[in-house]
Amino acid sequence: MIKVEDLHKSFNGHEVLRGVSFQIAKGEVLALIGMSGYGKSVLLKHMPRLIKPDRGRVLIDNKDMGSLKQKELEWMRSRFGFVFQNGALFDSMTVFENVAFPLQEKTSWSDQEIKGKVLSILDQVGLNGMENKYPAQISGGMIKRVALARALVRNPEIMLFDEPTTGLDPIIGHTILDLIKSCHKRFGFMGIVVTHEIPKIFEVVQKVAMLHEGRILAIGTPEEILSSNDPIIRQFITGSIEGPIKYH
Amino acid sequence: MGLFLARTVVYTFSSPLKFSIVLKQIRFIGSESMLVIFLTGAFAGMVLSLQGFYSLNRFGSAALLGPMVALSLIRELGPVFAALMVTARAGSAMAAEIGIMRITEQIDAIELMGLNPFRYLIIPKLLAGIVALPLLTAIFDVVGIFGGYLVGGNLLGVSKGTYFGEMANHVDMEEILSGIYKSLSFGVLITWVCCYKGYHAGFGAEGVSKATTQAVVLSSVLILVWDYFMTSLLY
Repeated sequence: MIKVEDLHKSFNGHEVLRGVSFQIAKGEVLALIGMSGYGKSVLLKHMPRLIKPDRGRVLIDNKDMGSLKQKELEWMRSRFGFVFQNGALFDSMTVFENVAFPLQEKTSWSDQEIKGKVLSILDQVGLNGMENKYPAQISGGMIKRVALARALVRNPEIMLFDEPTTGLDPIIGHTILDLIKSCHKRFGFMGIVVTHEIPKIFEVVQKVAMLHEGRILAIGTPEEILSSNDPIIRQFITGSIEGPIKYH
Repeated sequence: MGLFLARTVVYTFSSPLKFSIVLKQIRFIGSESMLVIFLTGAFAGMVLSLQGFYSLNRFGSAALLGPMVALSLIRELGPVFAALMVTARAGSAMAAEIGIMRITEQIDAIELMGLNPFRYLIIPKLLAGIVALPLLTAIFDVVGIFGGYLVGGNLLGVSKGTYFGEMANHVDMEEILSGIYKSLSFGVLITWVCCYKGYHAGFGAEGVSKATTQAVVLSSVLILVWDYFMTSLLY
C-alpha cells in the first residue's frame, strides 16, 4: 500500500505541495489529474524519494521512505517501475540494451534468459524488430513504449507514469493507455498515472485524484469524479475556459 | 563538493567495480586524447628548446639545454599541460554527458532501478583519470623532449650526445616520480570537478552549458593552484 501523509514541498519559497494526503491500495491504479505546473510530477517523484519532502511522509507498505538508509532505499526503489515524461532512455544504448539493463544489473539471469525476457516484453509493447535501434532513431511513441517495457521488465509492484501520453498523437496516446491497462491486468501492479488524458484515463484506472493549489481537491472512483458537482473539477474535466480556474 | 568526493571514494571501495566501463573511460580519457597530447607536447618541447637555447647561450651553458627541457617538462609543464588538455577535451565532455543525463532524467532512471549512479557514471571516470593522466603526462614528456631535441639538435646545433647525456646526468628518478604524483592528483581533480559540475547541472541546455563552462574553468584554475602546493611539498 502507498500512503502519503501531509506532504509539503517548496522550491525557492514557492509552495508547490501544501499538505497532500491520500492512499492507494494494492492492485489499484490512481490517476493524478490537475492543471499544468501544479506539482503533479513533483508529487510523483516523492514516491521513490527522488525528491525529499519539506514536511510529511510517504509510506510504502508502512515503511517511511524518508527514514530508509541507502541500501534499503536501493532495494525499495527496485520495487518501482517509472515511466518518465520523456522516456529517460539511455541514449548511448540500443532499445534492447535499455530494456536489458535492469535485468543485467539486478538479477543473476543468464544472457539467454535476459534475451528471451527482453524480446518477449518488446513484443508485448509492439516493438518487434526495433531492438537494435537507438533512442534517437525511433519515434516519440516508440520511446514511451520502450520506457514502459524497461519499467515493466522486472515485474515491479509499483508503477509510476509521468504523463505517458504527452506529445503523442491521440491514437498512439490511447494505445499507450490501453497498454497500461492491459499490463495492469497482466502484472497486477499498483500505481499512479499523472495525465491530462481526460476522459480516456477514466477507463484505465480505479481511482482518480485531482491536485489543485498544492492539495488533493477530490479523490474517488472515476464515476465519482465524473459526477462531481465541484465547479473546479467540472471545469477541469470539461476543459471549459469559463469557471473558477483562472490561468495567469 | 567535498561530500561528493567522499561519497565517490566510499562507493569505490564498497561496491563492485564495472571494469568494462572503466576500460571504456580509459580509452576515452586516455587513448582518444593522444593526438592533442602529442601535438601540444611536441610544440611545448620545441618552444622550450628554442627559448632555453638563447637564454642558456648567453651564459655559455647551451650544453645544459637537454636537462633544462627535460626538467621543465617532467616537473611542471608535462603534468600541467597534459591536465589542461585533458580538461579541455575530456573534462568538458564528462560534465556535458553527465549534465545531459541529469536533465533528461537518465540519472533518476538509474536510481529508480535501485542502482547507484556513482558506480556507473562517476567511479569509472575517476579511476580512468587516475590511470590515464600519468600515462598521458609521460607521453607528453617524452614527445616534448624529442621535440626539444628536434629544435636544439637539428636547428640550433646541440649534439645528440650532449642533449641526452646531460639529461641523464641531471634528471633522476625523484624528478620523474614527482611529475607522476602531480599527474595522479590532477587525474582525481579533473574527474572530481567535472563529474560534480555535470551531476549538479541546472535545468535545460543553459544549465548544461553553464555546468560545462564552470567545470573547465574551475578545473583549470584548481590545476594551477594545486600545482603550486604540490611543488611546494615535493621540492
